Amino acid sequence: MSDFIALWPGAASAYSREVDLLIGAFTVLIVALSAPVFILIVVFATKYRRGKPANRRHALDRNVWMEVSWTLAPFLLLIGFYVWSTHLFAGLYHPPAEALEIDVVAKQWMWKFRHPEGQGEINELHVPAGEPVRLVMASQDVVHSLFVPALRLKQDVVPGRYTSMWFTADTTGTYRLACAEFCGADHSVMGGSVVVMEPADYARWLEETGTDRSLAAEGAVLFRQRGCSGCHEQASTVHAPDLAGLYMRPVPLEGGGTVIADAQYLRDSILLPQAQIAAGYPPIMPTFANVLDEEEVLKLVAYIKSLKGGKERQ
Amino acid sequence: MAERVHEPYSAPDQQREAEMMGMYIFLASETMLFSGLFLVALYLRLEHAPDVVAASRQMHYVIGAANTALLLTSSLLVALSVEAARQGRARPAVLATAILLGLGFLALKAVEYRMEYAEGILPLPGAAREFPSPARHAFMNLYLIATTLHAVHLSIGIGLLATLAVRLLRGTLPLPERSIVMMNAGLYWHLVDVIWIFLYPVFYLAR
Amino acid sequence: MTPEERPERENLADTGLSETPAERVSYLRAGHTLKSWLLTTDHKRIAILYLISITFFFFVGGVAAGLVRLDLLTPAGDLLSNEGYNRAFTLHGVIMVWFFLIPSIPNTFGNFLVPLMIGARDLAFPRLNLLSWYIFMLAGLFTLAVLILGGVDTGWTFYTPLSSMFAHGQVVLAATAVFIAGFSSILTGLNVIVTVHKLRCPGMTWGRLPLFVWSIYATSLILVLATPVLSITLALIAAERLFGLGVFDPALGGDPLLYQHLFWFYSHPAVYIMVLPALGVVSELVAAAARKPIFGYAFVAGSSMAIAILGFFVWGHHMFVSGQSMYASAVFSFLSIAVAIPSGIKVYNWTATLYKGHISLDPPFLFAMAFIGLFVVGGLTGLILAMLAVDVHVHDTYFVVAHFHYIMVGGAVSAFFGALHFWWPKMFGRNYSLVWGRLSALLIFLGFNLTFFPQFLLGYLGMPRRYHVYPPEFQVLHVLSSAGAGILGLAYLMPFAYLLYALRYGPPAGDNPWGVTGLEWQTRSPPPKHNFETVPVVDGPPYDYHVEMEGHGDG
Repeated sequence: MSDFIALWPGAASAYSREVDLLIGAFTVLIVALSAPVFILIVVFATKYRRGKPANRRHALDRNVWMEVSWTLAPFLLLIGFYVWSTHLFAGLYHPPAEALEIDVVAKQWMWKFRHPEGQGEINELHVPAGEPVRLVMASQDVVHSLFVPALRLKQDVVPGRYTSMWFTADTTGTYRLACAEFCGADHSVMGGSVVVMEPADYARWLEETGTDRSLAAEGAVLFRQRGCSGCHEQASTVHAPDLAGLYMRPVPLEGGGTVIADAQYLRDSILLPQAQIAAGYPPIMPTFANVLDEEEVLKLVAYIKSLKGGKERQ
Repeated sequence: MAERVHEPYSAPDQQREAEMMGMYIFLASETMLFSGLFLVALYLRLEHAPDVVAASRQMHYVIGAANTALLLTSSLLVALSVEAARQGRARPAVLATAILLGLGFLALKAVEYRMEYAEGILPLPGAAREFPSPARHAFMNLYLIATTLHAVHLSIGIGLLATLAVRLLRGTLPLPERSIVMMNAGLYWHLVDVIWIFLYPVFYLAR
Repeated sequence: MTPEERPERENLADTGLSETPAERVSYLRAGHTLKSWLLTTDHKRIAILYLISITFFFFVGGVAAGLVRLDLLTPAGDLLSNEGYNRAFTLHGVIMVWFFLIPSIPNTFGNFLVPLMIGARDLAFPRLNLLSWYIFMLAGLFTLAVLILGGVDTGWTFYTPLSSMFAHGQVVLAATAVFIAGFSSILTGLNVIVTVHKLRCPGMTWGRLPLFVWSIYATSLILVLATPVLSITLALIAAERLFGLGVFDPALGGDPLLYQHLFWFYSHPAVYIMVLPALGVVSELVAAAARKPIFGYAFVAGSSMAIAILGFFVWGHHMFVSGQSMYASAVFSFLSIAVAIPSGIKVYNWTATLYKGHISLDPPFLFAMAFIGLFVVGGLTGLILAMLAVDVHVHDTYFVVAHFHYIMVGGAVSAFFGALHFWWPKMFGRNYSLVWGRLSALLIFLGFNLTFFPQFLLGYLGMPRRYHVYPPEFQVLHVLSSAGAGILGLAYLMPFAYLLYALRYGPPAGDNPWGVTGLEWQTRSPPPKHNFETVPVVDGPPYDYHVEMEGHGDG
């Protein structure tokens, strides 16, 4: 890859290569649909130039069959590509269950990454090759967007919710990442890199990178420090839902309906507790919106996810 | 009195039809303006139903109902005066009564705002606010924006009707030749009424 | 007159006349005072007022673009600061969208030509027309205030919560300016719709309307129905910033995506406001150049309406990676492909029109060809963007920037220049130098491609939008693009020289210098204030080139 001029963004995954194939094939189609137009215009403008003798008998000014066919035929071809493209796209919404989950917090104007065992990085993300990685992303302030051109992926990071993006990188190397949603003054410099390593190298990197605690352990500390345990511990006198084994369990809501306790639900329960009241519980949980930032909420979510069954406590 | 036809029209009925069509198109654009607010209301209702219900329960629905009655009655009166105008009769008193009812709406609205302010639920800048949940705050924000925008439109409508009432009193509006002017003003008034008919249940009756 | 001949141009030696007989009795001379211009209700004079205003704004937006392209010559952000660059591209977008593109063809050529083309003496509401211009100028004043007070830094899209809670610039003032401009749009659209319904001359049925009128009519539907949604959205941003009345704020249970839905519900139809009139112009230019009826008139007229209607249902294609549901994205992707089809119909029909025509390569036709070439590239890259998996990669990159500039600038601005070169003799009664006209069409085409084609490559390489700092290996493409921008800028200046020169020194044009059909060409150049001595009566189809249909001049 030349340093003087970039000609191709580099492909770090099988998905990238399929996207390249898709756009390449689609370009062929659209050239096929449009080149005749350009050629014919030039040919007609020359051949039927005013003053030039030519056969102009029976010039048409309408032909419904022609109209319908040059409407339908391109449309059907385009639909073929639509199906291919939508299928690829749908795959982005079905991450494998065993994917390595990395938490991401975007804020003006940096990217913070936390690996599950607690290793943290700023603006640089190390991932193992050949393993699916799922990024769970939150924004501290405005809408950002995590863009990795070599993976042909981007996903907006929206305040007030978790968005996610998953990929399996298969080619080691260092690839650019950038913020792709205008986010204010230093948007142009909110970049970084994704470092794809052999699994063994990644494991070594994890060990070498210092970490005090895993994300879940840090969450446990917060759980106590911020008073969550005051209501949600079994010994508490306050009638608050038990959090053991809560993650991904269905929760019946006050007023009917059921919701699955996914990461978004856990986050909203901490920051907007009045939005969805669990059935049978009084609506007395205070909001922690002004007390916790997105990173801390992610740690608490990690902690709650780690609470299994009803007996295990840290 | 023969009706004056302005350029570029060539016949009075052509001019009249054009003026009416113009008003209908303008009303369509006004409807789209409020549709944005109704969309936001729908979103809040779908995403935060319990909060919307709780917030709606705090609204003064009796005052709202009274306001609805005022507007409906005023619309009736406006319709009557338009019909009279089409038959060549000026009835400024009927129109003036409709205006008074409209002013009554605004007065009641002000009273209602003051009550909500005292209760701490009117989200004016600098006001003391006690909202049990953020979504209820959002609901009241939307309520204030929507009713203020409606009040602005109502005030414009009052201004229109007042101008017409003065012209009727002075006899400077030729009737029935220029009854289209009354009709268009009446259409505007009816739209403001219809918008309220939708605002009322969205905010007051979501309980 | 045989189709090969051009109608007799009046004595070419007759230059330097300060006033032709036609001009003396035209709308241009009906009243000489400034007041007669500023208080006019003549749609033709109002068109000229708009022409002058939008040209001014084109310059301002162009200067902003110049700053952007200069800064992008180098990978480091060394010409402008980070904040300064953000304000530059925001100003460029806001001015070009709302103060140039949206009013450009509808308010200049639409205003001037729609009454003439349907045989009317003016628009339905002449005073409302003047009011529209004053509202537009008021909005322009607010925008200049924004500029003087330091600008706004949110991008023309004003995404929340950046615009409502975090941005430091003149957000409320800018939102107010655009809000006011919106009223001008709505009133213009209203005026045109009623005009086309009620003021057609005898015999001018819907099926005989020139295609330009169809396109302005379809545009007006969008103006009236979509613009109010923008108005309320901007009002909500202003309410949040000024009074803390937030509904988009996530901390209040609001949703930033709600803003995006509301904004794009207007802004996608808005791009059709910008391109439909251009499509109408090109239909006229092609028919005129070929001296032949447009192939498939019904399909072309219908396609304008189809684009207007379908255009309301595709806004979510701006939000494929926003966090929107996968199913919604799939639906929007499908509909976005569907909306491309009517545009394709137009292009195929124009090509078929040229078949067996009598084509003259005058500047209007060269601009029409430039339009077709550039619009097709822009439209097809739009189809690329509609493909979900591809869009995930190129969304918010220079690929998108290239796509919309191909349509807006390569397309709409080329059509605007084509209209200028076609109807200038009608509007001002003078012919201009065809040689210079052809030259500027060529330079604009070349300069444009040099500016924007490299940007497709930059986008696929991963250059994000709204960046002025970039990796060094992108520099060559950026330098090419900036060089092209320089050429394009010069090319846009050229017509000023020869068109304005023609106003005084050009040969008198006569009623129908191009020898084409259309009611506007049946009256004098420039037209009298009341358009026609007697109201025309129409008894045949538009583009009624009978003689050519018989195949005269064949070998």
